[in-house]
Amino acid sequence: MFKKLSFRGGVHPPEKKELSENKPIEKMPPPSMVIIPVIQHIGAPAEPCVEVGESVKVGQKIAEPKAFVSVPSHASISGTVKSIDKMAHPVGGKVLSIVIEGDGNDDMLPDIKQIPDYMQQSVEEMRDRIKQAGIAGMGGAAFPTHVKLSPPAGKPIDKLILNGAECEPYLTSDARLMLEHPNEIIEGMKIFMKILDCHDAYIGIENNKPEAIRIFQKLAKEAGNNFQVIGLNVKYPQGAEKQLIKAITNRDVPAGGLPMDVGCLVQNVGTAKAVYEAVSSNKPFYERVVSVTGEGIQETKNVLVRVGTTFGELIEFCGGLKDDALKIINGGPMMGIAQFAMDVPVIKGTSGIVVLSEKQSKLPAPQPCIGCARCVDSCPMSLMPNYLAALVEHKRFDDAHKNGVLDCIECGCCSYVCPSKIRHVHLFKFGKLEVNKKLKSAA
Amino acid sequence: MDLMILSSIISIGGLGLLFGAGLAYASRKFAVEVDPKIEEIMDILPGANCGACGYPGCSGYAEAIVKSGADMDISMCSPGGAEVTQKIAGIMGVEAGEAAEKMVAAIRCQGDDEKAPSRFNYQGVADCTSAQLIMGGGKACEYGCLGLGTCVESCPFDAMYMADNGLPVVIEEKCTACGVCVAACPRNIIELIPVSQKIFVGCVSQDKAKAVKKVCKVGCIGCSLCSKPKVTPSGSIEMDGNLPKIVDRKAEDLEMAVEKCPTNSFVVRK
Repeated sequence: MFKKLSFRGGVHPPEKKELSENKPIEKMPPPSMVIIPVIQHIGAPAEPCVEVGESVKVGQKIAEPKAFVSVPSHASISGTVKSIDKMAHPVGGKVLSIVIEGDGNDDMLPDIKQIPDYMQQSVEEMRDRIKQAGIAGMGGAAFPTHVKLSPPAGKPIDKLILNGAECEPYLTSDARLMLEHPNEIIEGMKIFMKILDCHDAYIGIENNKPEAIRIFQKLAKEAGNNFQVIGLNVKYPQGAEKQLIKAITNRDVPAGGLPMDVGCLVQNVGTAKAVYEAVSSNKPFYERVVSVTGEGIQETKNVLVRVGTTFGELIEFCGGLKDDALKIINGGPMMGIAQFAMDVPVIKGTSGIVVLSEKQSKLPAPQPCIGCARCVDSCPMSLMPNYLAALVEHKRFDDAHKNGVLDCIECGCCSYVCPSKIRHVHLFKFGKLEVNKKLKSAA
Repeated sequence: MDLMILSSIISIGGLGLLFGAGLAYASRKFAVEVDPKIEEIMDILPGANCGACGYPGCSGYAEAIVKSGADMDISMCSPGGAEVTQKIAGIMGVEAGEAAEKMVAAIRCQGDDEKAPSRFNYQGVADCTSAQLIMGGGKACEYGCLGLGTCVESCPFDAMYMADNGLPVVIEEKCTACGVCVAACPRNIIELIPVSQKIFVGCVSQDKAKAVKKVCKVGCIGCSLCSKPKVTPSGSIEMDGNLPKIVDRKAEDLEMAVEKCPTNSFVVRK
């Protein structure tokens, strides 16, 4: 039953899932204050539609999108809007954010209630509910879900893939969701299939989550033969969109292309659950499961937390930091972004907070490349990181472009295996920025 | 023995003559016609290929001038200055026009390692533009110099170096005001100022006073004292947002502003 399916390259970092995989999802009480940035997704920022001093309820829309590739934001606690100002963002820089001070009542918007026969709604109605709920991909990149669900005519989707790989070390939020809410995920999948008119669905789960695979196999039997559970090799980055498609369908997404170019669509399992809640009970995206884990945290937990809760308050809920804690990462250790302050909020794409100890955070200074090509072996996109890094370092951005720097998915395998500790991904981020700048000015 | 030496001299020498004749013939037969003016101008230009003129290297600039018949601005070589412009005008047979004042690069940040500390331990690539990508860089001040020396590396004239305190220094005698460092700095700290301007504002932070004080000891807090008539009665300083702007660089009351500035945010050039 367990098919040995995978992709080229990849690495095997220590999984570290044992720290939090057996901790049931715990609901954190609403925090005293939330910070909700207007950019929590890929695309155009939303515009605040509340005033300072206005009182808001849980689920109330507080920022309205002005473009198609954008999503609204909602209040995650009830209370009053304290300020609308530029504030620190966990992905970097300062972003216009709406600060809400809680009144402790946690008043819900009355619209959030079960809709009878929700599967009878029209496709447009469902898509609109998903858009209004502000759902953006919960795997980390936070691409607006309604955009993904509106493929252009002529690009039919024949394979829907639910992503339960969770290949990042440490993180266990998707694993817990699959164990505790499998039915909601399946319902969400059915909604995706109805919207896309797709009759072939898969769920990809890494083999290090046998319990989740067992549960979904049982559900797959009940759901019929158009739904398959795929046990995937445990290898990073198995959960990356293109690598997952390769492993499950053996289709190659072309360079610069999208999954829909090969008739595939990938959705995170958490997104499926959020979509189910939006379509079945009109619930906006105002809370999510976050793994708070790592060697530097007192008590590792999987927490159902309101969007906008500060890292500080969430870490406090998990017993605080250990004495030797040094590095706090938004996301996993491979792709996540280290933070320098605790007053940044949990956003829609925050799948975990990993706290590393002082010993783990030490990074030796980079040395010259010795040409061992281990990075080339590990690259899941079949690039040559050694060569690309040298090109970017010497600011030869045109050559880097020709050699595919834009295809880099920033998974970090090259930096992970490099014996010289060269900061490949950092260089590629810089290279991509410069190449995109040039392309933009040329257009 | 003697014959062997003689025969090798004759054969190698003969071959040399043969190839030499071939090359001489080829250079005449396939000669590329180049306007001699381009070469004359090339000889005058500094040859640093810095790109300050906006053309790809000195030869690109020389070609552009000759092709346009000097209809274009021929004073764009800032490293060469007025002297080169004069000579080019001579070759092209046009008037040089009025020479622009010589400029020099000024570093508008005084927040060294001690006065403006870091907010986190940066371990990434040693390049300012790259550092900017990681949470905006390690320096706590979001406007200040990141101190990784991208400007120093970019300078085609070796006119800059990194001081021990983590700030770049311009060697003014070598600076040609080509502007490469101005474009290289991701924080837009470097500005070209006239050589005659002895005083400039050594800060580009638009933050409010409280935020500045938190991150830097010498940052401008925007108190606007220097722009007040009691300090600069000639109106030589105006406020531009949260920063003073020197309007009249020759005014004598600028020294008073330097003296009165509570944060010592002005820089006096030697």
